Amino acid sequence: MKLLVTFSRKEGRKPIIAQVVRDTGVLVNVERALIDSSEGEALIDIPDESCRIVKDRLTDLGASVRILEEEIILDETECVDCGACISICPQEVFSFDSDFRLQMDARKCVLCGRCIEICPHRALSRKGPA
Amino acid sequence: MRKTIQEINERIKEGNARVVTAEEMPQIVAELGEEGALAEVDVVTTGTFGAMCSSGCFFNFGHADPPIRMEKVWLNDVEAYAGIAAVDAYLGATEKSTTREENYGGAHVLEDLAAGRSVELRAISRGTDCYPRRTITTEILLENCNQAIMVNPRNGYQRYNAAGNSGDRVLHTYMGMLLPSLGNITYSGAGVLNPLANDPHLRVIGQGVPCFLGGAEGMVVGEGTQASPATGFGTLMVTGDLKKMKTEYLRAATMTGYGVTLYVGLGIPIPVLDIETVRSTAVRDEDIWVDIIDYSVPSRSRPSLGRVSYAMLRSGRVEIGGEEIRTSSLSSFRRARMVAAELKGWVESGRMTLALPTRPLDPGRKAEPMKETVQGPRVLQIMERRVATIGEDEPIRDAAAKLLKGETNHLPVVNGNGVLVGIVTTYDISKAVVNPGKGNFVRDIMKRKVITTTPEESVDIAIRKLEKYNISALPVVDREMHVVGILTAMDLGKLFGGRWLK
Repeated sequence: MKLLVTFSRKEGRKPIIAQVVRDTGVLVNVERALIDSSEGEALIDIPDESCRIVKDRLTDLGASVRILEEEIILDETECVDCGACISICPQEVFSFDSDFRLQMDARKCVLCGRCIEICPHRALSRKGPA
Repeated sequence: MRKTIQEINERIKEGNARVVTAEEMPQIVAELGEEGALAEVDVVTTGTFGAMCSSGCFFNFGHADPPIRMEKVWLNDVEAYAGIAAVDAYLGATEKSTTREENYGGAHVLEDLAAGRSVELRAISRGTDCYPRRTITTEILLENCNQAIMVNPRNGYQRYNAAGNSGDRVLHTYMGMLLPSLGNITYSGAGVLNPLANDPHLRVIGQGVPCFLGGAEGMVVGEGTQASPATGFGTLMVTGDLKKMKTEYLRAATMTGYGVTLYVGLGIPIPVLDIETVRSTAVRDEDIWVDIIDYSVPSRSRPSLGRVSYAMLRSGRVEIGGEEIRTSSLSSFRRARMVAAELKGWVESGRMTLALPTRPLDPGRKAEPMKETVQGPRVLQIMERRVATIGEDEPIRDAAAKLLKGETNHLPVVNGNGVLVGIVTTYDISKAVVNPGKGNFVRDIMKRKVITTTPEESVDIAIRKLEKYNISALPVVDREMHVVGILTAMDLGKLFGGRWLK
């Protein structure tokens, strides 16, 4: 399961993810992180059964947490099944079925945004605000 | 055994013709043999659906009152070529909007019109005695145009080379996004279903032959621009009535960082006249090979990274130098199948009969590169030949002295053999003074990854490097990586007011 964690860094440089790993004992996989002097955003992957405990601990430490599900939306009226998105996705979210129809496994997505940027038919978008 | 086109058309009219798609044909030939397939199959339908930049449409808008001779025309802010008669114009698919850049272009106007949406027409004129009006702005619908005749100068490439990128940065090309270090491979084309791949010697596809274009019945005008059937890269010029087209088979697209293009559905029915037609329509993805072209090389003759078949490309992964690389198609095989299937329905139902070319196309045609009479500027013509260099084992202090003496900001670093190994800038030296911990020698502070140019390189390509890497100088090196000069942003000034602006 993927969680999008956003946190402020104004109160100093607390090692928030390391803290959660130590407190919960859950091995967290950081898939993408953007951290600057005032705030940070990290996309982490954790086992489904540990979701609650990790989420609660992150929230206790002052982070806001959003569970990511089906974050990328495919507009099937725009998509022509060209497949331009398939090879540029670092997570292999996209594939063809046996009829060369585009399939999407949005749970693997880490929101890098590359497919949205390059889709020739502008058929891909991101759900809601970050 | 041979069949005539008349016999085949009789069968079509009677509803008795055996029509198969080009994807079904190889299996039929394998099962029945060539003679058996010739007896069994009357028509093979082909189809392709992909980006075809060389597309566009002739319009006649009808006369306004008072009338205007349109000298410049825009449709939804996309300029159409109006250098023809008063209310005629040709809208090219790749023309960009003046207001929305690459997010909207000629292809989008064509799709909007085909979808029944209204489009703003704006035109200007200087006004004449016969056409007094000087400006017009109005909404138009496709149904209100007298004609909207699509004429695509180059569609249906027989096959197309795949694309890769061995360089160290992402490239945005008309072949889509190419990841660095050969991170992916992109390709385009319907392979087994492609019209010309099923008639490579142009025996039955030629002028006047009926086709499927954008969901409407169209016609092959003749040889496409840049056609090179002698080298396996034939193309076709095709035409059809935009008013009868469907957006299912006509889609605007944007190749990010490159521009607007039009996805076109094109299919041609091939009459199975003789054994040669059986053989050519038995072609499979496995039989159609292309090069993987390295787009990191910015010249016309880009090197090949390897050869692959459409079967390999379509499998999703190809192996290059022992490594598996993922592939992406840019054309849609699913829609190519839909084109071939719909065309099959047309012929089976008698809606479309076949014709032989009124004039054959030349299978020996070969596209040639441009013969340039004036060569653009080369780096050697504007580079600074007096270039100071420094050894990697010299003290930083000496580098500072050389920069000061040479009144320059860039100092290429060479090893004992005079080979370029790095570069130091005044910025690097200032940093070393402020943070002295890194060491005392040039090699301790130099940048080891140097972007270079060569004397023979086109200045345009060198400028692109300066922009892309956000740097202000390029050491000029020979084949042995010896520094022969330096090209700085200052040298580019020599281009202005000089002989290159003629």
